[in-house]
Amino acid sequence: MDTPVIELSGVKKSFGPVDVLKGVDLKAYAGKVTALVGDNGAGKSTLIKGLSGVQPYDEGIVKFNGEAINIHDPRQAGAIGIEVVYQDLALCENLDIVQNMFLGREEISQLTLNESEMELQATKALQSLSVRTVKSVRQKVSSLSGGQRQTVAIARSVLRNAKLVILDEPTAALGVAQTEQVLNLVRRLADSGVAVIIISHNLVDVFKVCDDIAVLYLGRMVAQINTIDTNQADVVGYITGTKSYDGDN
Amino acid sequence: MSNLTPTSIGSGHEGNLREQISAYFSRVKNGEMGALPAVGALGVLAILFGSLSPYFFTKLNIANLFVQTAELTTLAVALVFVILLAEIDLSAGVAAGVAMDIMYLSLKAGVPWIAAVVIALVFGAIVGLILGWFVARIGVPSFVVTLAFFLGFQGLALILLGDGGLFRVEVPEIKAIMNENLPPVVGWGLLALMVVVSLSIGLWDRARRAKLGLAVRPLSILLTRTALLAALGAFIVFILNENRSAAVKPIVGVPIVIPIVVTLIFAGTFLLDRTRFGRHLYAVGGNPEAARRAGIKVGMIRISAFVICSMLAVVSGLFHVSRIGVVEAAAGRSIVLSGVAAAVVGGVSLFGGRGRLVHAAIGAMVISMIDNGLGLLGLSAGISFVVTGSVLALAATIDALSRKRSGGSIARS
Repeated sequence: MDTPVIELSGVKKSFGPVDVLKGVDLKAYAGKVTALVGDNGAGKSTLIKGLSGVQPYDEGIVKFNGEAINIHDPRQAGAIGIEVVYQDLALCENLDIVQNMFLGREEISQLTLNESEMELQATKALQSLSVRTVKSVRQKVSSLSGGQRQTVAIARSVLRNAKLVILDEPTAALGVAQTEQVLNLVRRLADSGVAVIIISHNLVDVFKVCDDIAVLYLGRMVAQINTIDTNQADVVGYITGTKSYDGDN
Repeated sequence: MSNLTPTSIGSGHEGNLREQISAYFSRVKNGEMGALPAVGALGVLAILFGSLSPYFFTKLNIANLFVQTAELTTLAVALVFVILLAEIDLSAGVAAGVAMDIMYLSLKAGVPWIAAVVIALVFGAIVGLILGWFVARIGVPSFVVTLAFFLGFQGLALILLGDGGLFRVEVPEIKAIMNENLPPVVGWGLLALMVVVSLSIGLWDRARRAKLGLAVRPLSILLTRTALLAALGAFIVFILNENRSAAVKPIVGVPIVIPIVVTLIFAGTFLLDRTRFGRHLYAVGGNPEAARRAGIKVGMIRISAFVICSMLAVVSGLFHVSRIGVVEAAAGRSIVLSGVAAAVVGGVSLFGGRGRLVHAAIGAMVISMIDNGLGLLGLSAGISFVVTGSVLALAATIDALSRKRSGGSIARS
């Protein structure tokens, strides 16, 4: 097996007397979609905040492409290729798609914004994901649907050459058709060689698009299993703690 | 399209003239109206006042209208920088007043006029820094901190100038800004320069897009737009270059203040549209949290906006002093509200993130025209306030509704 893009072992994090992560292991591979599931309070957000550098872990080893690293702030996480697409997407509605995709990283030539270069690169990034739902890259984000916004946010991570993209509940607010589009997009993102981690409560989506499923239960990783080796009923059991994973498949 | 594989993703630049025009109308229908309502209002007001008063369309009145608008336009342009952040600066008018008092005192102490103007501008910058610091670093709502400064500066003006009275500013260069005119040939020359610069920028943008294989809009759109700009400019310069004096001594030429205001708007628009700072200003106005996550220094952007606003407000105050020739402690109290009204009437959104400097200029023209027209009709200042207030309420309603409509598309799809 290849080296995982990201490998966590024995990661711990506590807030005062509360141990939120009690020694978590996780692996995510290039080209694969890993689901991170777990009930509210299981520690999903804390796990992700550690990876994105917002709240560094207290203990444990983080390996990026096999090398031990220490992620201590979001800028550094972005620099090594970790991008998080938060649920609220962080887009400016008053700006267009190109402007949003390049926000904070604008191309400059002769001291002014190089709009044509940015437009070209943004279009290429969207094309690399075979996006067909967007009519014009110069549309304002305020005119886009929820699914289209999710598309823009994901394409932004492509533009930044992300090696690992973490999606927080990407389909939570979407209708059926748009969920389908976004899941297809996630698949294509992984197929382009990116490691993808999806946080989701929707097991139907998880089983549709993910290659493996990591289950957090009260701060412990109770299972990381290939999707084809399990079923929804078992995963629900792991999430709620009514079933334990024996690990022999 | 050399670099791109065929695709369904466009950029809005595709299509012939007719498709471009229909795309424009569909954007308008979706709530991106920009300055359209204000331009419409200008037309209606001009026809209304023109038919009611024989003086409205006299050359002297048209020239007066432009000169009187200069102060309000500059202040409205100043306020756009903070309104784009969904903030407000109620102290801009009185801060400019105090800056002028300081300029007057410097002049009295024998400081050369250029240095005195610079001192006033530096004072504006410092005021902006302090306001921005309160808003960005302490988190005081701009409405409150600028209200406090609004009150404080009225007191400071009284302290600086003493009780009551008008104090003459006898500097020919300062008086000239609002009261002297350019030789006719210079007016034409500046107009030609403006048209050439704007056409060159348009052509340069096209060339840059074409070089990368991106779609470009039909050349006819750029040429039509430039021709309209040239025609409007030529009309104004022509009228202003005619003798507008009723007395023996002729008055001809474009007032000096007009090219100054046009240059300010042009430079400010360049800053907002074509630099990283401008892009970040709009981003912070649209979604500060998204801007912060994108690595933008939100606090610095806020502080800079207040500094620009206060400094431009001082320029507006300078125009005022140039026109009336005196400083007084009460200066700048009421104009700031007209400035906010001008920006909003022109189509700058109070919710932040939407609006352009030229919108504020058009809005200022609307407000000035109401004032001027009602004055010519002999109606009282009371009526003028009522009408201006109603126009502002209408504009704010349009702003809120168009925001609802463009935001409503999420729910629809």
